[in-house]
Amino acid sequence: MKSTRKKMLLVTASVLLAGWALITIIPMYWMLVGSVQDTTMSASFKPQMIPEQLSMSPYERFFAKTDAWRWLYNSLLISVILTVTNVFFASLAGYAFAKLKFPGSQAVFWVLLGTMMIPAQVTLIPLYILMVNVFDLGDTYTAIILPAAVSVGNIFLMKQFMSTLPTSLIHAARIDACSEFGIFWKVILPMAKPGIAVLAIFTFVASWNEFFWPFLITNSNEMRTVQVGLASFVFAESTDFGAMMAGATIGALPMIILFFSLQRYFLQGITIGAVKG
Amino acid sequence: MQTALAPEPAPRHSRVVRFWRDYGWAYLFILAPVLLFLIFTLYPVLTALVMSFQKYNIMNSTWVGLDNYERLVKDETFWKSIKNTVIFTVGTVPVNILITFVLSYFIFQMKSKWQTFFKATLYLPAVASGVTISIVWLAIFDPTDSGLLNRFLGFFGLDPVIWLGQSGTALFSLILMNWLGSHGAGIILYLAAMGGIPKSLYEAADIDHASGWTQFSRITWPLLKPTTLYLLVTGVITSFQVFISVYLMTQGGPNFATTTIAYLIYETAFKFYEFGLASAQSFVLAVIIIVISVIQFKYFSSDIEY
Repeated sequence: MKSTRKKMLLVTASVLLAGWALITIIPMYWMLVGSVQDTTMSASFKPQMIPEQLSMSPYERFFAKTDAWRWLYNSLLISVILTVTNVFFASLAGYAFAKLKFPGSQAVFWVLLGTMMIPAQVTLIPLYILMVNVFDLGDTYTAIILPAAVSVGNIFLMKQFMSTLPTSLIHAARIDACSEFGIFWKVILPMAKPGIAVLAIFTFVASWNEFFWPFLITNSNEMRTVQVGLASFVFAESTDFGAMMAGATIGALPMIILFFSLQRYFLQGITIGAVKG
Repeated sequence: MQTALAPEPAPRHSRVVRFWRDYGWAYLFILAPVLLFLIFTLYPVLTALVMSFQKYNIMNSTWVGLDNYERLVKDETFWKSIKNTVIFTVGTVPVNILITFVLSYFIFQMKSKWQTFFKATLYLPAVASGVTISIVWLAIFDPTDSGLLNRFLGFFGLDPVIWLGQSGTALFSLILMNWLGSHGAGIILYLAAMGGIPKSLYEAADIDHASGWTQFSRITWPLLKPTTLYLLVTGVITSFQVFISVYLMTQGGPNFATTTIAYLIYETAFKFYEFGLASAQSFVLAVIIIVISVIQFKYFSSDIEY
């Protein structure tokens, strides 16, 4: 009886999961398959789930009508810089909060954490005015990068991860007269590689996918990130289904490739910082 | 006499030196993040608070006390945006948690190879940006029979729906898109939590001939409360700030049917350049989010058992 119930449960689980997985994947599939069908061939042509004829024309139109290569370069540059700055500063701060005792550490940490509940809408207006009117940095890489150079969420994640590292190794290194930075560089960073890998991947994806702040702070076509450029393209070319799907694919494909290359880190990374502690 | 005075400065000096020797590195390690935090988070928050009491536009600012908040209370559009945001949040967060939980429960029954497969498949859309997802769903909701959804309805002999262009269906469309989006992160968290429940609890329940439902309601669900709380709080915070899909797909229309608080703040600030009013709106949003989060913490935390 129990064995039969178990089997029925497994069959039910398989069918439901397969169905839902299909539903989840369909939009991505529609994006990819829509981007290789030329819907401008005739007025009555409708995109098909299984294309009868493949065409790269939507991509040609997308690149011809936009500064897409420049947008991709901007997004790559910004994402790499933000990943480096976040990894470095969040690791240092996370380690300090996790392993070093110093006056005010609890208070500072909780103030940092408390502001995570404040929605971005509160800070974006004065931040915009600060960057554009006070610092005169509108439409620059600096303006996009600085406010996101290290996020509290990442510091929290690294603190959680660093807390799991053995303190005894730190004591041993200190006895060997390492400087505090030497301890961090030679002992902590090597041990923290898994956490840092997760931090780097999620920061890169978040930076690549970021829309609102780059959207507010840039106004020239040359300075747009790929997501901001895509959004402007949608409004300008809303009737060109194929080119829109090509653009969406270009915006999403790098992250999809990254996901399949580093799937293990994506799936394991989510539990760090969320469940522990 | 001079000998007695000589030792006086030494202790103060060495105390300062010792302080920096003991703690200097720690402060140095947190210096950059704290500086960036002060400039780009704390200062803007305080500035926004001040601005919410000002009539503030590009050219100048004037102190107006509570005028901005009074305008909010009287503003029909603002109340509409709160209502829309609440409907969106109530329509998405609990349903998404339920979907996530059911999917996780079923995945948990599977062998580890299949678990990995489903985790990856269900997670995948999360790596795509809100912009690309919105563009694709814009096409899926196409009002003609080019749209996937209308094509799906056509299979059942139903007429096409103007999903995003009708007041009655636009907000539901955004909610539906959310239901069918990626639940991968939540699934991974639930699976980790399920894996953390001791098997001995279920074995003891089996010995007592406890039914499946009893095992679920007395063991599984209570021990997953921390995960549920986490998903609930983060889900509410995220939903209350929904912007990209509104901006790209509906622009808050038709007839303000999909105007959310976050979208209204954007329009007030960057289309109408009423920065003071927008700041007041953003603080109301902040208060709502914080109050809801605190309530959720209190409610769920009160009977979390370990």
